[in-house]
Amino acid sequence: MSAIVIVGAGPAGIRAAQTLVAHGLRPCLLDEAARGGGQIYRRQPENFRRSPVTLYGFEARKAVAVHQTLDRLREQLDYRPDTLVWNAEDGALDTLQQGRAGRLAYARVIVATGATDRVLPVPGWTLPGVYSLGAAQIALKYQGCAIGQRVVFAGSGPLLYLVAYQYAKAGAKVVAVLDSAPFSAQCRALPGLLKQPLTLAKGLYYRSWLMAHGIPVHQDAHLQQIDGEQRVQSLCWRQGTSLHALDCDALALAHGLRSETQLADLLGCHFSWNPLNRAWLPDRDTAGRSSVAGVYLAGDGAGIMGADAAEMAGERAALALLEDLGRAVDPQRTAFLEARLQRIDTFRQGLEQAFPFPERWAPDAPDTLMLCRCEEVSVGEVRAVVREGHWEINRVKAHCRVGMGRCQGRICGAAAAEIIASESGLGLDGIGRLRAQAPIKPLPFGVEVAP
Amino acid sequence: MIEVDVVILGGGIVGASAALALSRQGRRVALLERDFCGSHSSGVNYGGVRRQGRPLSQLPLSQRAHGIWARLPELIGIDGEYQRSGHLKLARSLDDLAALHAYADSSQGFGLDLQMLDREQLQRRFPWVGKIAEGASFCPDDGHANPRLVSPAFARAARLLGATVLEQSEVSEVEHDGRRFILRTQTGLEVRAPWLLNCAGAWAGNLAARFGETVPMHAGHPAMLVTEPLPRVMDASTGVEGGGIYARQVTRGNCVLGGGQGFALDHARARPGQAAVLEILRQAVELYPFLEGAQAIRTWSGTEGYLPDRQPVIGPSRTQPGLLHAFGFAGAGFQIAPAVGEVLAELVCQGQSSTPIEAFSITRFQSTPAV
Repeated sequence: MSAIVIVGAGPAGIRAAQTLVAHGLRPCLLDEAARGGGQIYRRQPENFRRSPVTLYGFEARKAVAVHQTLDRLREQLDYRPDTLVWNAEDGALDTLQQGRAGRLAYARVIVATGATDRVLPVPGWTLPGVYSLGAAQIALKYQGCAIGQRVVFAGSGPLLYLVAYQYAKAGAKVVAVLDSAPFSAQCRALPGLLKQPLTLAKGLYYRSWLMAHGIPVHQDAHLQQIDGEQRVQSLCWRQGTSLHALDCDALALAHGLRSETQLADLLGCHFSWNPLNRAWLPDRDTAGRSSVAGVYLAGDGAGIMGADAAEMAGERAALALLEDLGRAVDPQRTAFLEARLQRIDTFRQGLEQAFPFPERWAPDAPDTLMLCRCEEVSVGEVRAVVREGHWEINRVKAHCRVGMGRCQGRICGAAAAEIIASESGLGLDGIGRLRAQAPIKPLPFGVEVAP
Repeated sequence: MIEVDVVILGGGIVGASAALALSRQGRRVALLERDFCGSHSSGVNYGGVRRQGRPLSQLPLSQRAHGIWARLPELIGIDGEYQRSGHLKLARSLDDLAALHAYADSSQGFGLDLQMLDREQLQRRFPWVGKIAEGASFCPDDGHANPRLVSPAFARAARLLGATVLEQSEVSEVEHDGRRFILRTQTGLEVRAPWLLNCAGAWAGNLAARFGETVPMHAGHPAMLVTEPLPRVMDASTGVEGGGIYARQVTRGNCVLGGGQGFALDHARARPGQAAVLEILRQAVELYPFLEGAQAIRTWSGTEGYLPDRQPVIGPSRTQPGLLHAFGFAGAGFQIAPAVGEVLAELVCQGQSSTPIEAFSITRFQSTPAV
C-alpha cells in the first residue's frame, strides 16, 4: 500500500508528522540523520550529556519541544532515520539506508528537506580550517568540537552572530566577526524587523554580547583572501578602501542559507524565480501545496524562513494534505497558521534588507578564484565559457563542469549563477535553473538492493 | 527572412557536422536548433568513438569517420578529450566469445585490426577486468571522447565559417513552394533554401511524415551515470557482447557507465530511473571489481531515435526532391556523425556520396503518405 511520506525530520517534518498522527494517520518519516531535529535542532549523540540550554541557548525550549514531540510519536510513526532519499519517480521514493537501496511507494509526500549554507568563495576557501557557518555550528552542537582555537566568522546573515556567540560561550577564542552588511542597511531594515521583536532582540543581544566581551565586530567588512600553508593561518579583509589582516587558525563563512530543492525538482515540481532568496524555488500555495498533486512543501527547503516558520509550515502542509484527503480540519487553525507565516515572511524581507547580498562579490571575484571545488573550476573558466556565448547555466555546466561534481552544485551552484549572471549581463533570473539529477547525494557501487 | 543554400533542422552532431562540411565548401547554411546545439543525445551520450561491433554495412562510413576524428582539433578547434584508448568488447560466456570471433572474421578487410584475447590474455593485458569475462575482442584504435564538448564544437566551427546557427528556434511550419523549402520558427523567423537536411534526431520522424514518409521510429533513453574521480585504472573503453553495460574512464579519473533503459519525462527530457541505475551499479562490480565502494555522483539520460532494424536512415527523400534525411542512429551516431555530415554535403554539392549508403535508404520502409 502506498504511504503518506514525510521527507526530513527537522522542525517542519516533525510538526507535519505530529499533525498527521493527530488526525489518525500513520505516516512514514524519512530522515538522513541518525536522530531527528534537523540541522537547527540537531541532537547530540545518545551518550553525550550536555544540557539543552548549553546546546541551543535561547532556543532550548523549542528544541526540546520538537525532540519530545518526535520521541512521543515514535510508536505511531513509521520512522526511518539514517535514510537518504536519492531519487524520486512515478509515485515512489528511492532510498539508501545503511548500504541498502530500497523503494517506498507514496500516495502523498511532504518535502521538508531543509537548507544548507550559501557559500560565496574567496581565494583560499578550500584550505583546511575553512568551514561553512552551519558546519561550524554542527561541530559544536553535535560533537562539542570547535573548528579551531582562534576562529573568525565571516559573511552575513543572522546565523553569523549566533554561531560566533555560541563559540565564544563555549570557550573558543573568537578573533573577529566580519559582517559584509553595512550598519546603515540594518538601520533601514528596522521597520520590517520590528514585526518579530523577539527575534530582533535576540539578534541584537548576540551582537551586544560579543562586543561587550571585547570581540571585534566589523560591519561592511569583506573577506578578501585566506592564507596558510597546510591550513588557515591568516586572512585579509577590506572595509571601504582599507585592507586589514588577521591571524587565525579557523574560519567559518556563509552568506545566509539556500534551500535544498533537489527532491522537489525530481518530483516534478514547477519552479519560479524568487528574488528574495536569489534562487529558483518550487511553487507552493499558502498552505504548502506544490504544483504536483500530492506533493507538499514545508520549511526552509521551500524557501528560507527559519525554524519557527518551518514548524508552522509543516503543520499547515499536513493540514492541507488532510484537507485533500477529505478530512475535516480546523479552519481557524489553518487561518491562524497562514497569518503567522505571512508575518514571518514580512520579517524575512526585513532580514534580507539588514543583511543584503554583497552585490560586488561576482564582479570583484578574481579569475583565479576556485569556484567549483569538486571539479576544480575557476571563476575565469566559467567567465570564458560565458564569453563564448553560453549563458544558460546547464550549458555552462556542460562546457566547463561547474556544478558537475560530488555536490551537484549544492555548494557552488549559487555562486556559479552569480558569476554567469554578472558576466552575461542577463540577470540572475535570466540564465535558467540548474537542473537536479539523481542521485541527490552519492550512491555507492556494490549497494545491496532490498527485495 | 534568411535565404540560404541549405537549411538544416537539428543542431546535434549530425546536423552540425553537415553544417561544417557545407560551410567548408562555401555553401550558405542555416542550422536551426530547437534547444541548444549538442544539448540532447549528441551531447549526453556515452562518448564512445567505436567502430567495433557495428553492422558491416556501417563500416565504410565508420572508417571514413575514423579518419575525420584523427583531424578533430584542426576541424573543430578543440581535442574534445578524444583518445584512442582502444575498445574492449567483453564476452561473459563462451558463446559470446564465439560471437566475437565470428564478428572478427566477418569484419576482416575493413581495417579494424581486431585482436582476440582469451581469458588468460585478457587478464594479463587488462587486469582490471573482472573474472566473469571469458575473453574479449580488442580494437586498438577505437576510443572515446567528451560528447558535451565535441558536439557543440561542430556547431561553433560551422558558425565560425559563416553558417547561421540559430538556437532556441523551434520550427513550427515547413513547406515547399515548388522551388524551395520555407521554414518558419516559433520565434517568427523565416528561412528559405532549396535544400533541407532532416537531422532532427529522435524527432526527425515528424518532418519525414510531413513529406509523406512515415517511418516506424521510436525513442530510446539510455541510462548513464558517472563516478567521482578515481585512480586511473581503465586504459580502454569497454562494452559487453550481447548488451549489458559499457564503461570508460576519463583523464580526470571519473568513470562513465551506461546500460539499460530509462524513461521519458516528456517529449524532450528523460531520466535513467532507479532500476537501470541499480542494475548498472550491480553489473559494474562484476565486470570492473575496482569500482566496489566507489560512488556514483550523477545520472542522466537522453532521447535517441531507433528504427526497427537499428540502422539509421541516411540519404535522399523518396518523395521530396531537395530533402535529405540523416536520423535514427540507434544510440550509435556519435562516432559516425562526422562522416554522415560529409556525405550529406556530398549529396548536396556533388549529387552522390563517395561512401556507400544504400543500406540506409528510407525506401526500406513501407511508407504511407501523411494524412
